[in-house]
Amino acid sequence: MRRIVRRIVGLALVFAGWGLLQAGDWTQFRGPGGSGISAEKELPTHWSKSEGLRWSVELPGRGLSNPVLAAGKVYVTACSGYRQRRLHVLCFEEKTGKKLWERQFTATGSTACHPVTNMAAPTPVTDGKAVYALFATGDLAALDAQGNLLWYRSLVGDYPEITNQVGMASSPVLAKGVLCIPMDNVGDAFLAGLDAATGQNLWKHKRKAQLNWVTPVTFPLGERTAVLFQASDLAEALDVQTGKVIWSFASPGLSTIPSPTYAEGVLYLTSGRGAVLAVKPQPDGKSEELFKAENVLAGYPSPVVYQGKLYGLTDVAVTCTDLKSGTELWKQRVEGKFSASPIIADGKLYAINEKGRGFVLDIRGDKPKILAKNDLDDKIQATPAVANGAIYLRSDNKLYCVGK
Amino acid sequence: MSRERPLLGLAWLLATLPYGLGAEPADSPAALVERLNKIGREGQGNREGAAAWKKLTQAGPEGLLPILRGFDPERSPVGANWLRPAFNALAEEALRTKKLPTEELTRFVQDIKNHPAARRLAYEALLQADPRTAEKYLPGMLHDPSPELRRDAVALLLDNAQKLLQAGEKESAKFVYEKALQGACDPDQVETIADALKKWGVSVDLQKHFGVVHQWYLAAPFEHAGGSGWEVAYAPEKGVDLQATYEGKEKLVVRWLPVRTRDAQGLVDINKAIKPYKGAICYAYAEVQSPEEQSIEFRAGSINGLKIFVNGELIFAKQEYHHGMSIDQYIVKGKLKKGSNRILLKVAQNEQKEPWAQRWAFQLRLTDSVGAAIPFSQKEAK
Repeated sequence: MRRIVRRIVGLALVFAGWGLLQAGDWTQFRGPGGSGISAEKELPTHWSKSEGLRWSVELPGRGLSNPVLAAGKVYVTACSGYRQRRLHVLCFEEKTGKKLWERQFTATGSTACHPVTNMAAPTPVTDGKAVYALFATGDLAALDAQGNLLWYRSLVGDYPEITNQVGMASSPVLAKGVLCIPMDNVGDAFLAGLDAATGQNLWKHKRKAQLNWVTPVTFPLGERTAVLFQASDLAEALDVQTGKVIWSFASPGLSTIPSPTYAEGVLYLTSGRGAVLAVKPQPDGKSEELFKAENVLAGYPSPVVYQGKLYGLTDVAVTCTDLKSGTELWKQRVEGKFSASPIIADGKLYAINEKGRGFVLDIRGDKPKILAKNDLDDKIQATPAVANGAIYLRSDNKLYCVGK
Repeated sequence: MSRERPLLGLAWLLATLPYGLGAEPADSPAALVERLNKIGREGQGNREGAAAWKKLTQAGPEGLLPILRGFDPERSPVGANWLRPAFNALAEEALRTKKLPTEELTRFVQDIKNHPAARRLAYEALLQADPRTAEKYLPGMLHDPSPELRRDAVALLLDNAQKLLQAGEKESAKFVYEKALQGACDPDQVETIADALKKWGVSVDLQKHFGVVHQWYLAAPFEHAGGSGWEVAYAPEKGVDLQATYEGKEKLVVRWLPVRTRDAQGLVDINKAIKPYKGAICYAYAEVQSPEEQSIEFRAGSINGLKIFVNGELIFAKQEYHHGMSIDQYIVKGKLKKGSNRILLKVAQNEQKEPWAQRWAFQLRLTDSVGAAIPFSQKEAK
């Protein structure tokens, strides 16, 4: 019994960071574990430009990155200037929106990209002690909560063959003190594990040269913590501490845009054709394929697994799939297009379209109910963040805190 | 005793020599700046860097000028990205405590011998302290060696021209646009001005303004099936003879074809000029006459794999296909010698079949470090 308790506590610590994080923090792309789920209760359901906002602040430039929050601070990245060569990391006080500090960097890699994206596309990750900000230029900085620079890397300076002129967007993830840097591109492609304390390589795993915008997901696999990085034809999981491949799943047509997710022993791999493939990874490297749900995704948004159901977003609908059978339970029409992934909290699904219209759906019953359509009338591509009773929405030039 | 004295004296001299020669104490802001500029690849030195950074940002406003003096993104791109946030931290605190050394910063900005990027950094701190800084200094920065300051100086004139137009003062607006054109280097600003001046019947020679290499000779197709031609040095890489013929892809006879681009940004469409071959290499050759030896920037764009050779030396190589193309996509520092210079481009087309993956094109302009056209000429093909 004591052993089980110790293991539960150990796992909780691993996935809660290193003790500084609070239960309601939102620490990485799509929140804790990349799940898109918040344990928050009674989140706001109605807001507009003039109502329901705790605060809003101007940002110095564009970003697709979502804000991350820990220990009362909100961290945001942005890019600005001619050809997006100026990179920003900003820190705001969670309660008031007061800017606490801003640090800037100059792009050392190429800033060429498709107009839909920009250099602040990857979401930073925080453990409460530090924030780790990766930019599409391959510039990577670690700053403590007071804005002190802990370390900096120019990945394109280190590995000059890195190249992706469509623009990179995969976000870093953090587990067991290892910062996992996804760097799939058409030149020197890799997944690297960096010592979060120093920024130096612990391991660097070579990958097939290809474009890929998927964010890795960490999950427990037997006694180990694995980091899964999916690309178009292969999902591979590496031991986060050694960088050794401990599980892989080959399948043509996996997605390079929506990210996979993990829940209760199952990986939900995204397919390039809007499908989700449920696969149970085994510690011995084997896999059990559970089901394939078709037409549940489209475009950019990633799926969310919540209370036995899988939720996805297409350009025109929220989709809901039963996890036991892999069959569709319902589809609810909403107005797209969506760049941001949906998030779920307290039985409600939040989906924000590119025009800044936020749909709030009650998903507790057999059929969904639209609770609100909230207009900010602002271009929003970033996935929302949720922390401590508030929702954070980030547009091209503003950060909104929705809450009391 | 008499033998010890000279030894003691020597020891003292050795101990004090560095200061005597003007070196900095180990923890002075200038020494910390240099330490940050020496941080190596792959995070080697990050731990020591963090300690130096912390000490530097405890120096107070006195740390600002040493940072600016050591700030050189060309010498140390990594160092510059340690120093910029250090400057941010010190400036933030100095602004909060109203201790920003505005006079010293102003002098630093105004001295164009200082590094352009460092002057810009100082300018931004002054701008934060007083938004009127822009109107005060930018009018004198239309020909500034800092691309960012120059861009802002042009932007200020464009704002003024707009206001004059709205006030109905058309001739004054035209004068301001023409003035802005003198300093404008960035293609978006230049084209905005050229469009505006059309209203007065003024035609801007954009090719000349941009420094476009317009007269080319193309030779294609050479074999590149499966990416095979990228590392092959076909005959043009060993020396260009415009009268020569070569055996190309599929045993085709390849000759040099003169192509003069009329595109404002110098775009050359190989598909139109030759034929839309796939899995093929096209060589593009140009001769430019330089009035003197010049350090310049070769500013190229291509949606295909691209190598640039100048006077026989490879100065750039990038193999990425169909991921976008723009003017100034690749900026490569290099030199022109006085007299005739040979520029050879290797433009590689892959075999993707998608409709969006069919372009085969390139462009090149020759500029100084702010993006202004450098003096050069080309002979037109007969």
